[in-house]
Amino acid sequence: MNDPLDRRIISATQAGLPLVPEPYRAVADQLGVAQEEVLQRMQRMLDDGRIRRIGVVPNHYAIGYVANGMSVWNVDDARIAELGAAVGALTFVSHCYRRPRRPPDWPYNLFAMIHGRDRAEVYTNVAAISALLDTASSGHDVLYSTRILKKTGLRFG
Amino acid sequence: MDESDRCILNALQGGFPLCERPFAQVAKDLGFAEEELIARIRAMLEEGSLTRFGPLYNAERMGGAFTLCAMRVPPEAFERVAAIVNARPEVAHNYEREHALNMWFVLAIAEPACVAAVVRDIERQSGCVVLQLPKLDEYFVELKLAV
Repeated sequence: MNDPLDRRIISATQAGLPLVPEPYRAVADQLGVAQEEVLQRMQRMLDDGRIRRIGVVPNHYAIGYVANGMSVWNVDDARIAELGAAVGALTFVSHCYRRPRRPPDWPYNLFAMIHGRDRAEVYTNVAAISALLDTASSGHDVLYSTRILKKTGLRFG
Repeated sequence: MDESDRCILNALQGGFPLCERPFAQVAKDLGFAEEELIARIRAMLEEGSLTRFGPLYNAERMGGAFTLCAMRVPPEAFERVAAIVNARPEVAHNYEREHALNMWFVLAIAEPACVAAVVRDIERQSGCVVLQLPKLDEYFVELKLAV
């Protein structure tokens, strides 16, 4: 799907765009191609989902979202598709995934990330998810992040 | 961070245009001068309000593997193990969490077959077991933080 020029564009932009009035021209100059080529290829990647979005990535701690709760749930496998979609649609849920259980250490199969300004706000939202899942969930936990140890743009190693 | 920065943060979590003068276009919509918008984004990056500015690539669509991993690290070994994990270029992010499983990191690896080897390396160097929790399904992914 990514030809060599796509890969070079990804590699040149994954840490960020240059902060100059014509950032795509700067990328194109760096790669020795026309600006139009860079614009067209990035548009194609945006259209087909290889690029999720282009913009700012906030540091949620710095902007006041100091309570970041990863809520995890043990949801009935027969209903997880339906209920996962319902949880993911809640406005306070930023990410929602199904993941494998790893018994006995880890009994949970649904992850819903909740960002809040304090733990009380996260707690209220957890209660809403709990009510939604009702008896389909046989247990949950909320893991708060206490420190970002590393955060980089996506670079494939 | 002031009112103008908040405005930029709310307006620009997506939708930065693909055109010759994208900052000028956004600045016009938000009521800034082009130079001021660029300067504010630069300042927010420098002070740490932003971790990044640019395209956010989707790991799976690139053909790579993207695996969430969790470890139970003894408190006295935590900093040493964090250094080992963070030093790997395959680790995209790493968080400390309040739980018996207290270190959570994401491996972004271009070649899915290489995940196991990287996990083995980390286990050998750290002395901790890595629980692999790859995504099986995705129900919603969108950052929508209002500030």
